[in-house]
Amino acid sequence: MTVLNSVLDTSSEEFAANVAAMEEHLVALESLLDQAKAGGGEKYVDRHKSRGKLLARERIEFLIDRDSAFLELSPVAGAHTEYNVGAGVVTGVGVVENTECMIVASDPTDKGGAINPIGLAKGLRALEIAAQNRLPVVYLVESAGGDLPRQIDVFLPGGKTFRELTRLSAAGVPTISLVFGSSTAGGAYLPGMSDYTVFVEGRAKVFLGGPPLVKMATGEDSTDEELGGAEMHATTSGLADFMAVDERDAIRLGRMIVSRLNWRKQGGGPSAPVVEPVHDPEELLGVASADLKVPFDINDVIARIVDGSEFDEFKPMYGTSLVTGWARIHGFDVGILANHRGILFSEESQKATQFIQLANRSDTPLLFIQNVTGFMVGASYEQGGIVKHGSMMINAVSNSTVPHLTLQVGGSYGAGNYAMAGRPYDPRFVFVWPNAKTCIMGAEQLAGTLSIVARAAAERTGVEFDDEADVQRRTMITMKITQEEQATYLSGRVLDDGIIDPRDSRTVLGIALSAVHNGDVAGTDRFGVFRM
Amino acid sequence: MAVFSKILIANRSEIARRVIRTCASMGIATVAVFSEHDADAPFVHDADEAVALPAGSSYLDIDAIVEAARRTEAAAVHPGYGFLAENASFAAAVEAAGMVFIGPDPATISAMGSKLRSRSLMEQVGVPLLLSAEIDVGSDISAAASEIGYPVLVKASSGGGGKGMRIVTEPSSLDDAIAAATREAESAFGDGTVYLEKYVEQPRHIEVQILGDGTGNVVHLYERECSIQRRFQKIIEESPSPGLDDELRQELWQAAVAAGQAVNYRGAGTVEFIVDADGGFAFLEMNTRLQVEHPVTEMTTGLDLVHEQIAIAAGVPLMSQHDVPAQYGHAIEARLNAERPAHGYLPSTGVVRRFGVDADVRVDTGIEEGSEISHHYDPMVAKVISHAPSRGEAAARLSAALQRAKIHGVDTNRDLLVGVLTDEDFLAGAVDTHFLDRKGNTLSRARATSDVVSLHAAVAALALQVDARHRATVQTSLPSGWRNVQSQVQQRTLAHEDDELDIGYRIGGAVTSMTVNESAVNIDHVYSATSSCVDISVDGVRRTFDVDINLGKVYVDSALAATVFVQIPRFEEPGSSVDSGSMIAKTPGTVVAVQVDVGDVVGAGDVVMIIEAMKMEQAIVAPEAGHVSAVHFAVGDQVRTGETLVEAETDG
Repeated sequence: MTVLNSVLDTSSEEFAANVAAMEEHLVALESLLDQAKAGGGEKYVDRHKSRGKLLARERIEFLIDRDSAFLELSPVAGAHTEYNVGAGVVTGVGVVENTECMIVASDPTDKGGAINPIGLAKGLRALEIAAQNRLPVVYLVESAGGDLPRQIDVFLPGGKTFRELTRLSAAGVPTISLVFGSSTAGGAYLPGMSDYTVFVEGRAKVFLGGPPLVKMATGEDSTDEELGGAEMHATTSGLADFMAVDERDAIRLGRMIVSRLNWRKQGGGPSAPVVEPVHDPEELLGVASADLKVPFDINDVIARIVDGSEFDEFKPMYGTSLVTGWARIHGFDVGILANHRGILFSEESQKATQFIQLANRSDTPLLFIQNVTGFMVGASYEQGGIVKHGSMMINAVSNSTVPHLTLQVGGSYGAGNYAMAGRPYDPRFVFVWPNAKTCIMGAEQLAGTLSIVARAAAERTGVEFDDEADVQRRTMITMKITQEEQATYLSGRVLDDGIIDPRDSRTVLGIALSAVHNGDVAGTDRFGVFRM
Repeated sequence: MAVFSKILIANRSEIARRVIRTCASMGIATVAVFSEHDADAPFVHDADEAVALPAGSSYLDIDAIVEAARRTEAAAVHPGYGFLAENASFAAAVEAAGMVFIGPDPATISAMGSKLRSRSLMEQVGVPLLLSAEIDVGSDISAAASEIGYPVLVKASSGGGGKGMRIVTEPSSLDDAIAAATREAESAFGDGTVYLEKYVEQPRHIEVQILGDGTGNVVHLYERECSIQRRFQKIIEESPSPGLDDELRQELWQAAVAAGQAVNYRGAGTVEFIVDADGGFAFLEMNTRLQVEHPVTEMTTGLDLVHEQIAIAAGVPLMSQHDVPAQYGHAIEARLNAERPAHGYLPSTGVVRRFGVDADVRVDTGIEEGSEISHHYDPMVAKVISHAPSRGEAAARLSAALQRAKIHGVDTNRDLLVGVLTDEDFLAGAVDTHFLDRKGNTLSRARATSDVVSLHAAVAALALQVDARHRATVQTSLPSGWRNVQSQVQQRTLAHEDDELDIGYRIGGAVTSMTVNESAVNIDHVYSATSSCVDISVDGVRRTFDVDINLGKVYVDSALAATVFVQIPRFEEPGSSVDSGSMIAKTPGTVVAVQVDVGDVVGAGDVVMIIEAMKMEQAIVAPEAGHVSAVHFAVGDQVRTGETLVEAETDG
């Protein structure tokens, strides 16, 4: 075991500048989180509370074990969109009766918990994480159903929710619905598709069609309670397995159900006692360069994330722009691939390919720490086979079956994002630091590239190139991309699992590793044909 | 010296250990006897050998105990106090079996055991007596009571300790009091005989320790003041008695010696006197055994009374009065009982999880950590005795030791004892047997101020939080209560006596923020926090708090106070609360009387059932008028705390 010797100078001006830049990002993040917590706004929060109801996060706080951790996923979903931050649903990994669960709670203060396209994506992502990691699912339901004006974006995509639920059940992952309020029409299938259901007396309302629709359809006069009340479902239809006297009682019953799941994690679990890092994780605030163009030592990050700051580097003298090696986080074995100087060359690609294969041989989860500008371009690199070698790495990442976790601590550009297990490559979890930037290429490069292509096209067709318009266009494009590559922009669209405070990296990764061990942690020897 | 090779101790718990300790120092082997409830008690392990009493039998089983002594070839039997200590038949049976009874002659025991006979003996030698009257079949009780003059005391002829005793202030309640006292005496001593006696107002209970050799030589070892009593049971005793002039002390000593000489007393005995406000005194009774409070005499004289008892029984010549050491300093004993003074001294049962008292006081106890205080025997946890040059210092040392003592698992009268020991009147020596009644509940009011309770509640929450993390089986190493989106604080609710405290907290690296009932507890720094010890600085003062989390309770001890909190569960199962019409056992015990049948009409306050627990009767009363809908227990049944005994429906 080698303890990393991280020589971060915390008294340097550079460190202070990095901290200042990161704090600015965190203030912006905090403001978005405040918006998420505010749900549909004060008026609706007050109305909800005045009815004696608990807020979505209050329900979650009661559901999870006292003093356990709760990792909320995609908390700023909806940011920079037309929807409220949070998107009307709270999702996250929480511990219920010592069982790690995926918790999905509607936020009834946000348009009655109606499902909008962003909220739908957030909910489906939660189910995807539950399926991949075998996390029992607990739905805390109180939703007006599909956001009708947005029906085109939610009707067909939303149908997947119910299919995913029953497929989870078929895969042996338990599903539980605690129904606190309305869950009607399509929403009725949430409890319908769950293994266990709890309905709150006098509050739960679960039916396909309400009184007005029934009147229209059949002429029958009926009441909410007759059609879908908790007592009716508990005593007559049998849709409710348990009737709770109030919200807290429903949560008590939900905990009782989870305690009786006899849930056993399939992964091997932690393999060693936990030792806190030698280097202080608080210092992660000032590790990432304020200007991402300035490379930073990725060992400074690793040293503040892994147990005892112990990291056994693999192939330390080869392909040094990518660091690979073995460590533990909260006792869990992990193989780390981390960009050291941003660029992936042929050597780095080949080293990564070998390392991913080794991790699959030893059934060790992989952590990708991204600060990547992309694969190297240029004649000598193309001739040296950079496409071939990059493809090898992407092949290895794509076909590897050990769980992948991705932490983005800086930029993530181009195919580098793919090779470093970006979101399209299905890592179990993707977390990003607030300073992260994600784009097909850098904003200026993108604008410049467009300009060069346009100039070439103009020359080819003999049209005069308008330089003034080009400058304007470049500026506009640069501005647009600069905005879109921001972490909050991507997180707002559920293109990651959340922006995290750098200082929380170790905790978040610990939760993620513990979560992945609910499923089998097994490698493969079946990869695509490697182009040698 | 020709002493015994082996002694059997016909007793249990604290006194059994006390006798074993002296035997060990004298090189005498010991034999314990034990009931089924005491199989794991420390005194059984302390003895060299032990014999189980037959199932269903008790420490009152003479045949079984004599047989145990015979089987183990014990040369002598020490009766301790209580049980068979003052049973003449037992002493006779021991002697008949060829063994030595460490105590007086059976004839002396039976003479002094009967209050009526002892009174006439005392009368003969000129020891002053109180007016009294026997209750015979056919005698005119009310006339006798009137002759003595109200208030009168109904007392059991056998026994003591306040059992079978009733004060009667007016003729109308005389018959009920006699009936109750008779029942209690019957149950406690197997002899229901009671008599009437003049009741002295503002009386002091002062007793004199004597030793006799059985041939007429009797010496006294000074007096003990035992006026601090709750329901006729002593809780604080001391020697010497405060505020007595030398003349009165001499008179008391001489009267005690005369009493001993009148019966050719052998062994250690105690002559009890009642002393009135004017210094007049009268003989109450003579206890022919070692007293619970003997340590205060030991500590002020340097003598070992158990050693003296054994020596006398072995025929070693008695010291002369001249050789009795002069008293040095002042000793005070406090009886730490598992009971709740604020709730009518209801016994508190349970397992003592922690028990620790500072080393600068003497602790005589029958328990250890892990011992169970059951309802089968008396509720005494320990006797704590201090000795110091002056009475004030002795009181200060004892109250400090009690305050600092760790006693977890059962409720105790600790606060009451500390309240007495720090009371101005007590410190001024202004004591009489009504001291506690007069002071009411003011003494036992917890010392902890609301600020201290809040601080301790915060500490309890910190420890509970650590405990919760230890119990976690997944994500075990993660920071406590970690959130990436902070929406609310972690919460716990603890009950302290009748108050509920809501504690909110957030543990975040170096910063721990806490509120109790929404007011902030300013924690400067957490030096360490485990589930058993919390070391924090609050408002600039660093303190260490000992914590014990045990079966839903959290005990927090610090230099400030000792507190116990009950954890309010996060979730309540619906329907778990009890109907208002239910009458519930507040204490475990045995049903001794059922006063109602199903269908009976009861008024609010009517007694429906009587439960006996630890030899004390608890009346179960109807909370409101109605008719009885269910009676769940019959006479002789055992009940547990919280069990519904009788149910009634309110009318209309």
